[in-house]
Formats: sequence, C-alpha cells, structure tokens
Amino acid sequence: MSAPGMLDTVRCVAGRDLLAALRRRADVVTTLIFFVIVASLFPLGVGPETAVLRMMGPGVVWVAALLASMLALGRLFAGDYVDGTLEQLTLAPQPLSMLVLAKVAAHWLATGLPLVVVAPLLGFQFDLGTDALLILLASLLLGTPTLSLIGAIGAALTLGLRGGGALLSLLVLPLYVPVLIFGAGAVEAGAAGLGAAAHLSLLGALLLVALVFAPWATAVALRIAVE
Amino acid sequence: MMLSGTLSANALACVRGERRLFTDLSFTLAPHTLLAVRGANGSGKTSLLRMLCGLLPPAAGTIAWNGNDIHSAREEYCAQIAYIGHLNGVKDDLSGLENLQFAARTAGIVASAASADTALRELGLNGFQRLPCKTLSQGQRRRVALARLCLSAGRPLWVLDEPFTALDVAALALTQGLLEAHLRRGGMVVLTTHQDAPITAPSMQTIELGT
Repeated sequence: MSAPGMLDTVRCVAGRDLLAALRRRADVVTTLIFFVIVASLFPLGVGPETAVLRMMGPGVVWVAALLASMLALGRLFAGDYVDGTLEQLTLAPQPLSMLVLAKVAAHWLATGLPLVVVAPLLGFQFDLGTDALLILLASLLLGTPTLSLIGAIGAALTLGLRGGGALLSLLVLPLYVPVLIFGAGAVEAGAAGLGAAAHLSLLGALLLVALVFAPWATAVALRIAVE
Repeated sequence: MMLSGTLSANALACVRGERRLFTDLSFTLAPHTLLAVRGANGSGKTSLLRMLCGLLPPAAGTIAWNGNDIHSAREEYCAQIAYIGHLNGVKDDLSGLENLQFAARTAGIVASAASADTALRELGLNGFQRLPCKTLSQGQRRRVALARLCLSAGRPLWVLDEPFTALDVAALALTQGLLEAHLRRGGMVVLTTHQDAPITAPSMQTIELGT
C-alpha cells in the first residue's frame, strides 16, 4: 500500500470542505441573499430610470459580488483554526500551498460559483441586454476566483485576531480594486461596442498571477497563525 | 513490522512573549521509548511538543530526525509523526467516520472506510460512527481524535498533548493499551499528562520542565 499522493490529498481536502459546506447550506444561502439584496437596493434607491440603471448595472453587480465574497472569507480558515484541523493540515506531508489551493477552490465552488450563477438574474433588474449579461457572466467567472485567492491571504493574516473581520476588509478591499475595474469595465466596454476581450484577458492574467502567488503567501501566513 | 528512527533535540530553548520557558534542553529518543514531559501549567510542555512537530520553531537549538533537521526535511518528517494536540481536529458537521477518513488521508495515510470503522470500534465508538460529531460528547470527540492513532501504527513517532483529557476510565485504558502496543512494536511516544496513567514502556524517559 503506498501513501496517498499530492493529488489525493488535494482532492481529500477539497472534498471535506465541500461536504462541510453542503451540511451547512445556511452559510451559502446567507451569502447569496446578501448579494441579491445589496444589488437590489440600488434600483430602489436610485429610481426606475432605465438609462441610469443600465449604465450603473455592471458596476453595482460587481461591487455586490465583491462584498458578498468578502463576507464569506471569514469562514475560509476560521473553523479549521478553532477546531484544530488547521494544525493537522500544516502537518500534512504535502506542500501547504497546495492544500490552501484546494481549500480556496472548494470555497469558491461553494460561495463564488453560486454568485456567478445568480448574477444574470440581477442583471435583468438593470435592464442589461443579452450580450452584456454574457460578458458579465464571463467577467465574474474569471474574476471571483481571483477574489477568493486574494481574500485567502487576508483571511490567513487576520486569523485568530479579535475583530479580524473589519481588519480583513481593510486589508483585502484595496487589493480587490483591479479586479473590480476590469470586471465592471469589461461589461461597459462590451456595451460601448469596444469589445470586452482586452478586459477579460487582463482578468485572466490577474487570475493566473493570483493562482501562483496567493496560495504561497497564504501558506506562509497560516504557518505563522498556528505558531 | 518494527518501527525505527531516532529523534534528537539539541540545546532547545523556548521563549513565549518575554518569558524564557526553558533553555539548553537536549535529549535523544530511540525506538521503544516513552518520553513523559512533566511540569506545572505554563512551564512550556505544549510548546515543546509543538516544537517537536515542527509547528513552532525553537528560539534556539535544533531538532533532528535520523540526523536530518526537521525543518529542512519537513515533508519527509511529517510522514513519520502523528500529533494529537489540545484541539481534536474534528469537524462538527462531519461524522466520526468521515472525520477519521479525511484526517488520515490528509496526513498521508491510506484509510479505507472499513479500517476507519474498525479504528472507531476499537475506541469504543460502536454505534456512533455515522453521527455528526456535534452530537457527540467531549470525551467521545476525543475518542474520535485518538482513533487516528489506530491508523497511524506505521508512524514511528507519536506526539500527544494531554491525550487523556475528557476520557473516562474505559477510554483511558484503551488508549494506554494503544500506546503500549505502539512502544512494543518499536514506536516512540512523547506525552504530556497531568493524570496518573501508568504506561509500561520498555524504556522510559522523563523531562521535568520549569525546575
């Protein structure tokens, strides 16, 4: 019998988190409802002016998605930290950054993906056309994993701190700015007939950079946290 | 199968906050040896155990496994140890069986559902394997954590921080049996406990901290 390889361990860590998320669906639903409510407040506050709504729609949906994904970040490592699972993870005979990647992937599947799926429905509220909705979907699909990856660094750094939630948003929100600019920009550029390819490529590039650096930085922060 | 390996600590020092808990602590641990770490609360027992696992870098000194520094060969070293700390590492939403299987696989141990089930039975959790751990008592959760040891028979070094916390008499005896069997097959156990739990070991060492 040989020991499980790295892929087995990665799959196991992601599987455990997904199973735990499935058992605690309330958490996922809360994030989703928060997203829907925040995005719906804007049409109520601004009024039913179609032209205005159409103009600000992409930005509002993006900001709401960003806040919702930040809201879910607290759960990424906090549970594992409190119950001791994190200690065991850092003692796994595999690179911690790969296990972090597995956890972030599971976290995105459980909280980021539902946001992406619901976003087109919110787009209807802002009278976005089919093309704009498709670009919104694509930009969120490329952008929300980056948000989870960057957020993981902040979540690991604020682990075990009292009032870590507020600090987490201060740390993470500025780092979210490029994703927000290119994400919302993609939809606007598409609507203006300029083509969204450039913005989407930049979002893809951000995702790749985050994929390389974020798990490593998160792993370093987690090791400090379990000390 | 006989287990082998040597753990050696050389001139370890521990500083927590501003306080120097211990300095110049050296020992060597050979197969079949039980190392009992004793000392008052706050004397650095847990810190020492976390150092031995590589969770906490020592303020000074080195720890080596078979002559290799544990921090330079971390992944190889992690495949040699089983650590149970104060925290159980048990997820409330998952059942004992799921918890045990996931924990073993994360630690790099092949664990079938059948072997995990046997391990839980061995710790006297028959009938509780499939219940979510949030419905279990503190002692039962501790038993789920300790069941990892049944699957860690191939790991030479067991590092256990207060393993008997919350256990009843029956579970205490079961755990003592597990440790004794491990020591007989050549394993090493590093242990802190405040309870009076006599363990028959082929070879025994004691470290008294805070003196």
